[in-house]
Amino acid sequence: MHRLLDERVNEKMLMLGNEAIARGALEAGVAFAASYPGTPASEIALQFFQISRESDLYFEYSANEKVALEVAAGAAMCGLKTMVSMKHVGVNVASDALMTLAYTGITGALVLVAADDPFMFSSQNEQDSRYYARLGNLPMLEPSSVNEAKEMAKYAFELSEKLQLPVILRTTTRINHASGVVTLGHLPERKIKGSFTKNPFSYVCIPSVSRNLHPKLLDKIEKAADISNSSSWNRIEGNGRMGIVCNGVSYGYVIDALQEFGIADQFRVLRVGFSHPFPDELVCNFLAGCEKALVVEEGEPYMEEALRNCAQQSGLTLPIQGKAKELFSRLYEYDPADVKKVVASYFDIPHQPARSIEIEDLPAAPPRPPNLCPGCPHRATYVAVRAVLGDEAIYPTDIGCYTLGLLPPLSMGDFLIAMGAGLGTAGGFARATGRKVVAFIGDSTFFHSGLSPLASAVFNNHDFTLVILDNGTTAMTGHQPHPGANIRHLGLPLNHLSIEEAVSGLGVKKVITVNPFQHRKTIEAVKDVAAYSGVSVLIARAACPLYDRTIPDFKWKKSFYINHEKCRNHRDCVTRVACPAFYVGHLGLEIDADRCTGCALCSQVCPEKAISAIPNKEVSP
Amino acid sequence: MKTIRIMIVAVGGQGNILMSRVLGEAAVAAGMDVRMSEFHGMAQRGGVVESMVLLGDGKGYCISDGHADVLLGFEPCETIRAVKKCGANTVVITNTATLPPFTVALGKDQYPDVSHVMTLLAGRVKKLIAFDASSLALTAGSSLVLNMVMLGALAQSGIVNLPTELLRRIIRDKTKKEFVNMNITAFESGMQQVAACL
Repeated sequence: MHRLLDERVNEKMLMLGNEAIARGALEAGVAFAASYPGTPASEIALQFFQISRESDLYFEYSANEKVALEVAAGAAMCGLKTMVSMKHVGVNVASDALMTLAYTGITGALVLVAADDPFMFSSQNEQDSRYYARLGNLPMLEPSSVNEAKEMAKYAFELSEKLQLPVILRTTTRINHASGVVTLGHLPERKIKGSFTKNPFSYVCIPSVSRNLHPKLLDKIEKAADISNSSSWNRIEGNGRMGIVCNGVSYGYVIDALQEFGIADQFRVLRVGFSHPFPDELVCNFLAGCEKALVVEEGEPYMEEALRNCAQQSGLTLPIQGKAKELFSRLYEYDPADVKKVVASYFDIPHQPARSIEIEDLPAAPPRPPNLCPGCPHRATYVAVRAVLGDEAIYPTDIGCYTLGLLPPLSMGDFLIAMGAGLGTAGGFARATGRKVVAFIGDSTFFHSGLSPLASAVFNNHDFTLVILDNGTTAMTGHQPHPGANIRHLGLPLNHLSIEEAVSGLGVKKVITVNPFQHRKTIEAVKDVAAYSGVSVLIARAACPLYDRTIPDFKWKKSFYINHEKCRNHRDCVTRVACPAFYVGHLGLEIDADRCTGCALCSQVCPEKAISAIPNKEVSP
Repeated sequence: MKTIRIMIVAVGGQGNILMSRVLGEAAVAAGMDVRMSEFHGMAQRGGVVESMVLLGDGKGYCISDGHADVLLGFEPCETIRAVKKCGANTVVITNTATLPPFTVALGKDQYPDVSHVMTLLAGRVKKLIAFDASSLALTAGSSLVLNMVMLGALAQSGIVNLPTELLRRIIRDKTKKEFVNMNITAFESGMQQVAACL
């Protein structure tokens, strides 16, 4: 049985924040969940995926976040309790549907988890998703601990059901990927069958309908403001004259700092957990008792602006600060010691920060950047494309493991902004420069947001080559399935779509599929598609080696070795291929047999044919 | 209970996330509050894996520079990278067996002189325990049980107030059946190593 289905009420369990969110949803009776994977939210969907295989919970990996939201919205319109989880930039994709779903509202419950990533541990930006709640007039909750993530997820369903609105549960990486002790609650039965009552003049958002729906939304959000003002998620601790307003993980840093200073009695701390609608009345009362106030929030000055607004309305003139050069930054995630330092300086508290030991004279640790794995098919494709087009072509790229092709010596990646945007921008680069443009996109990303830009490029008669790097899975986020992935071995009733048919169906006339580990054939194919005038597509298909070995009846291939009698030290294997299984040994370059997957790319690149499979030796894990 | 802050650093595949989990589960079983956070962005692709374990009172999930009570390094270069987490009261427990980054393996970057760094470090922190934990793991049966050697070393250092019998029980309950015996052997060898150092 899945550990999150443990029915022992009040039992303590150590959980990852993302597990806690899934458990909270289960305790609320979630019946329908959907997601597109993205760090730091991916493990929420993973729990639902696993649980759906042993219970009546419905879960799907949708093609993208917008579709995930829409499929859940459909179910929520029929009275079901639904959850969608995504990383912050996924909300951008889903936002078109979200903004008007706020107008129709829902009849069941819909909770959208938006997982922000301050510091961009694994993201392309650190946008602050809280503004989506304000933009769409949607209630928003923000947990400060792992246990609270569970409790808030559960409450979010109650709130959504009560207001008939989607509710945003906004987290940050430090909650999603933190672990803490969670107290288990009751697991109710799920209502898995819904019914839909037609009401087109409330649900079909033509202008005349929406003009009626917008005031209704404002009524709902006013009701939500009343709830927020009296919500126990917005709580005041202490009764002093020094005010601190904080949210999320910053709350823990503030409490720990005051504890350490030993002057908690001089402070009053407002922890905002129900952050949209902002609890204006509560905040006005809070500020009225303060001499000065400090706002501690990662990201943008969302609460700080709201606080100033409150102060202005109540005619309060106390100093309110947060983001400022000498105080808090809008950049990155906060650190407990930095929060302590700013609190001390703003409130004139004597403070001797803990010091790191002397490290200036220690040698620096050499960097250890992530790299494409030994046996990664993306490397093979990049080596072939570089061999043909070198630095002549412009290479817009996309989001996935293959983004690592950016690193030298592959150096394949000239522009990256968003899912599908490598393909979308390619036509612009080609038109503006007249140069050869080769865009890269992964298989999962292609189904996520590659279809429309490809159709658009064909329609507009653009001239570039698209390389679809098809490794059969969503590798970067942990090998989730997608429409083009063959997951027959899991025995799920899902279909497997053909990328070739999709591409041809969108009107591309020049399509070639290769196995990138057949180096010479791949080079010929690259030449062929690159010479084509118009939109051409190369599908480079070979399995992700990390994923491949998890599939039943996977067989390890023989590792390769360098024959030093033949090796003339051209070093093409490292200067062109750069596989991390190589190292410099006593005799020169060597291959680590434990890391080599036997992909044979290096042996085809070596001009002396000095690399070959180790005879009669099989590698094992 | 005063907060104990344990900073754990390793290279992807060395198993520090599992080790943190065992430590955390033991703390829960002992009725202690525990908060952990982990960073393993692209660990399987050869990157650095960091985990922070905080035992006892407090609300934060991470450790600031200079604040670690223990720095547990699975690889010496990663220990050096994380050394700013140490203050004068930090105990450093580190493996001395190297796992050079790819660029070093190809001679493009320099791997620091480990024994030189250890000599410098020893005078600046409360205690430095450095030993070849990878060899102990191999003696126990596999390089994969390095994490349990490190856990044994941590348990014996006396900084975490968790009974070793409890840690053994959690290893038996929470690690893969086929590895349990090897894990226990590795755990014991880490303990013995540190007992001999203290």
